[in-house]
Amino acid sequence: MTGGYYSIEQVFHVKAGDFASAGEASSQIKKILKQLGIDSTLVRRVSIAAYEAEMNLVIHSVGGELKLKVTPQSIVVTAEDKGPGIPDIDLAMQEGYSTAPEIARELGFGAGMGLPNIKRCADRLNIQSKVGEGTLLEIYFDIKAR
Amino acid sequence: MKVSQIIEALSLKVLAGESFLDREVCSGYCCDLLSRVMARGEKGMVWITVQTHMNIVAVATLIEMACIIIPEGIEVERKVLDKAEEEGVIILSSDLTAFELAGKLYQMGIVPVKVR
Ligand SMILES: Nc1ncnc2c1ncn2[C@@H]1O[C@H](COP(=O)(O)OP(=O)(O)O)[C@@H](O)[C@H]1O
Ligand SMILES: [Mg+2]
Repeated sequence: MTGGYYSIEQVFHVKAGDFASAGEASSQIKKILKQLGIDSTLVRRVSIAAYEAEMNLVIHSVGGELKLKVTPQSIVVTAEDKGPGIPDIDLAMQEGYSTAPEIARELGFGAGMGLPNIKRCADRLNIQSKVGEGTLLEIYFDIKAR
Repeated sequence: MKVSQIIEALSLKVLAGESFLDREVCSGYCCDLLSRVMARGEKGMVWITVQTHMNIVAVATLIEMACIIIPEGIEVERKVLDKAEEEGVIILSSDLTAFELAGKLYQMGIVPVKVR
C-alpha cells in the first residue's frame, strides 16, 4: 500500500484467561500498521504497548476490548474492560508491582513491567480505572510528518 | 552472522522456521519473563528461554527476533511449532543449558542487548 495513510478503526475482543490465543490481537495490529506503511520503529513501539495491554486484559481483567485507531496524524490503542478495576494506579505503574496469579507467573507473565513498558513506548498514556467498574487505557502515538 | 551459522556451530536442532535460516543475528538475550523480554527486545536478537508455550511465538513476532533457542532438550508442543512456522518464527533446540548456550554465543561474538 503506497500513497500515504488513511483512517481506520478496528476492534478486537480479548478473552480473560485465554493464554493460548493471547497475543493475537496485537499481532494483527502489527500486521495492519505494517500494511499501512507506518515507520517500522513506530510499529514496534505500538506493537509492544498493544501486547502488554492485551496481556493485562487476559491476565487481570474479566475480558475486554482492544481497539486500534489510525489517522494520518496519530495511532491510538485503547484497552477497555468491565472489571475488576485497579485500586491504586500509581502503585500499578511501578516497575515490579504485580498481582498476577501463580498460573500466569509460571508462564513467564507477572514481571510487573507491562504498564511501565506501555508508558515508555507511548507518546501519551491515559489510565482511568474504578474498582468494581473497569479500566480504560488510552495509548497515544504521534505520527511525525516526514 | 546468520542463524544458519549458529545452528552449525552449536549443533542446534531446527524445530520450526527451516526456510528462514539465512536471517541475520544482531544480539542476544536470555530471560523467561515475557515483559522483561518485551522491554529489552531488539530486532534480530536471539532469545534463549525455557518457556515453550504459544505466547513465545507472539513475543518473537512482535520483537522481530532472529530466532528462539530452547535449552536442555525441552520439548515444544506441535501446535506451538505449527504457529511458529505460520508466523515465520525460527525455533531451535539444544541439549545444552541456557548458561552454556549464552556463553558459546557470546564467544562467537554475539553482543548482549542494550539494557536501558
Ligand atoms: N486491566 C486491568 N484490570 C485490573 N488490574 C490491572 C489491569 N491492568 C493492570 N492491572 C494491575 O496492575 C498491575 C501491574 O500491571 P503490569 O505492569 O502490566 O504488570 P503485570 O501484568 O506483570 O502484573 C497488575 O499486576 C494488576 O494488579
Ligand atoms: Mg501486564
